[in-house]
Amino acid sequence: MTKFWNFCKRFYLVILLIFIYLPILMLMIFSFNDGKSMTKWSGFTFDWYKKLFTNPLILESIWVTLSIAVVSSLVATVVGTLAAIGINDYKKWQKNLILSVTQIPMMNADIVTGISLLLFFIFTKIPRGYVTMLISHTVFNIPYVIFSVMPRLKGMDENLYEAALDMGATPGYAVRKVIIPQLMPGIVSGFIMAFTMSFDDFVISFFSSQGVISNLSIYIYSMAKVGINPEINALSTIMFLCVITLLIIINVRAERQAVRSGRRPTKPKKAR
Amino acid sequence: MNRKKAFALPYIVWMIVFTIVPLLLILFYAFIHKTDTGALIFTTEYIRSALSGSSMSVLLLSLEYALITTVLCLLLAYPAALFLWQLRSRIGSIVNLLFMLPMWMNFLLRTYAWRALLDMSGPINRVLQWLGLPGQQLLYTEGAVIFGLVYNFLPFMLLPIYTAFTKIDRSYVQAAEDLGANRWQTLTRVILPLTRSGIITGVTMVFMPAVTTFVVSRLLGGSQTMMFGDLLENQFMLLKDWNTGSALAVVMMVLMLLSMALVRKSDDGVMPGGM
Amino acid sequence: MKTTRFLALVLAILFVLPLAAACGKSGQKTTLYVLNWGEYLDPDLIKEFEDQNPDIKINYTTTTSNEEMYTICATEGSKIDLLVPSDYMIERLIAEDLLAELDLSNIPNFEYVKQAASTCTFDPESKYSIPYLMGTLGIVYNTKLVDDPVDSWDILWDEKYAGKIMMYDSIRDSIAIALCKLGYDLNTADPEQLREAGELLKQQKSLVLAYGTDNIKYDMIGGNVALGVDYSGSATEAILENSDLAYVVPKEGSNIWVDSMVVLKSSQHKEAAERFINFLCDPEITARNSEYVGYTTPNSKAEEYVDPELLAADSYHISEDVIARCKYYKDLDADTLALWNSVWMEVKTATK
Repeated sequence: MTKFWNFCKRFYLVILLIFIYLPILMLMIFSFNDGKSMTKWSGFTFDWYKKLFTNPLILESIWVTLSIAVVSSLVATVVGTLAAIGINDYKKWQKNLILSVTQIPMMNADIVTGISLLLFFIFTKIPRGYVTMLISHTVFNIPYVIFSVMPRLKGMDENLYEAALDMGATPGYAVRKVIIPQLMPGIVSGFIMAFTMSFDDFVISFFSSQGVISNLSIYIYSMAKVGINPEINALSTIMFLCVITLLIIINVRAERQAVRSGRRPTKPKKAR
Repeated sequence: MNRKKAFALPYIVWMIVFTIVPLLLILFYAFIHKTDTGALIFTTEYIRSALSGSSMSVLLLSLEYALITTVLCLLLAYPAALFLWQLRSRIGSIVNLLFMLPMWMNFLLRTYAWRALLDMSGPINRVLQWLGLPGQQLLYTEGAVIFGLVYNFLPFMLLPIYTAFTKIDRSYVQAAEDLGANRWQTLTRVILPLTRSGIITGVTMVFMPAVTTFVVSRLLGGSQTMMFGDLLENQFMLLKDWNTGSALAVVMMVLMLLSMALVRKSDDGVMPGGM
Repeated sequence: MKTTRFLALVLAILFVLPLAAACGKSGQKTTLYVLNWGEYLDPDLIKEFEDQNPDIKINYTTTTSNEEMYTICATEGSKIDLLVPSDYMIERLIAEDLLAELDLSNIPNFEYVKQAASTCTFDPESKYSIPYLMGTLGIVYNTKLVDDPVDSWDILWDEKYAGKIMMYDSIRDSIAIALCKLGYDLNTADPEQLREAGELLKQQKSLVLAYGTDNIKYDMIGGNVALGVDYSGSATEAILENSDLAYVVPKEGSNIWVDSMVVLKSSQHKEAAERFINFLCDPEITARNSEYVGYTTPNSKAEEYVDPELLAADSYHISEDVIARCKYYKDLDADTLALWNSVWMEVKTATK
């Protein structure tokens, strides 16, 4: 019975993963299609890959996308995590107010956020370009970090932090050594979420850069009128394979280290 | 206790400058009418036109789609998070990451891929025909829109819930079982309350963005109805009517803040008892 | 601590590099900010132009719609020098006095597009704009699924093809089709005519499989849709992929459009922009670009360089009688546009 139950659980996860990966597979296959359509297979080709590496527009926008995604999500993670730790100590109404305002960039339609930020940059006379795109991305990234970290703060043992302070730790030290480790999974998922949001954003990037620079999303979305260029499918395939490979390498190394140091992976703890 | 508050200060300053001030600009557009002579007058005309029957019916439809999407995402993601948590924790987090990875491929591209998959002559229909079943018009239906939305937002539900799971001290579960709780009781009385905040975060992250997306309804639904995102885009870009556009945004924000406040209130009410 | 230092290093690099790159590139060079539609210029041509003109660096960005172009350019502090909007948007930009007058003596290749330019009702003397690419709005149909002759918009209302028709998802195009079918002007401001057009589109809704944009092309290639409204360039791409397809501009008339290169008044680099315009008007260059994009070049001498296969497609070559029965869109004033919008909203929110 338990065996069957375990099989069902795994089966469910596998089905979900297939559902998630089906379109990715489709994109990968059609990046080798000798034609622009994704509905008709017209033969195998490497052409899109070759063209991709000579397309300066794509290469430049990859750079913009990656650097903006990394920097904005790192900044968002640091600011957001500290904010989450701090917010928890405010009075209830203050906390609710801050959290409500925090939700605004998340719930506002992209176009509203985009235009309001454009208006703001005009108003403050900040020239549009890389910096304004970076700021805008950080604006909509922070909420994702805060809302990833907050759940882990709830019900966290406050006494440990107090104890650290009583024993003479500075608040900064206590946060780093006591609170942050407990929040780590939330921080990591917040970072991933922020990175993803930044990586995928089109509308806000478009308005905040006002035609000065272009990221991949701007490049891809603007193709919608004339048609998607399969070079983009080729690029996605390459990026995806890179990320997967990286993930595998990191995990294999971590696993080896765990085995070498004799540390077994954590198992469910028994009740004391 | 006060010492930790300072950590939030950089964010609060940031929030005031980059969230509240731009928001004030939106409020300004929603409530202030600029006459031809350049005088500024307070008006509720824009809000009233944003509250008109046709735009409200568009908003309600979008809310309905978002609600269905949120519920389906929750129903799919919760068991997934639970099963992931029950795996060895290393494996669990790797598989969880596997669920996130596809999001690093552009959303529009993935939606195009689904369009091709659901196409009459696409792979899914080929498989159906191979099985001797008649081809189905999958594309350009309401079902396709919901399907695409669930696909897109599922990771946003899964991640916070899984994060909440990783916080659970497994000894609680052990204790419940030792005390004679069956599986179902353990799930509903112990695990569910402990992951409640993850669910609320997930719902927030799925429901709100789902209201204003329109790419899925355009590409997979054949754009047969108007979504709130379309409406906003028309107001801002086509009609250049930033006033009514802002008013629409304000109406939507008020509605959603209210609903989220309700959710948070119920959350705060339950948490202490649940613990 | 090691990781912290590593992270700091990464951050520093990420911050500094783009700035350094920007400075390095624009040292003594003129940076020309060009805003175009996505996939609307062969990227190799940018490189080629930069090689020929080492003093100019092109900063190329893309957009999805005329309206987005307008927002980016008409908003204070825009850096854009050169952009390629469509006819009606150029009309608006001229009316708002945002465009610079071009110096045609800097654009000797203008003579090749002169003839096409003279038909541009929004700027017949080419004071502000030089035609780039053009196209029409018409019907793509699958000859295996449609037996009737396709020469009229009426066929999009034929119940025989219920569920096999794709309409275009745009206010201007869909309402224009209904207006043309009714025999009205496709730039009308008459509420009664617009109401009738709206009624017609509502009637049609139950026959329509979906309203689409670039996806119409994929549906046509797939071979399951009988009739689809599409732009000529998109149709050409579909016809080249699936030989069962054909394209027609209905006899009642339709929309012809041209996207033209214009320079903003605020531009500091008008001379460089004109050099780029001249480069793009070169017959051989424009032929290559037209092949890449799929839309028709207005260049009178370019056809001899265009791939014959492309020239053979009905949708590529725009004949004299098509030009005669088609009209450019005009920029509608705010009230008229609001009227059009409310008609379209009724169509979109109507139940099927």
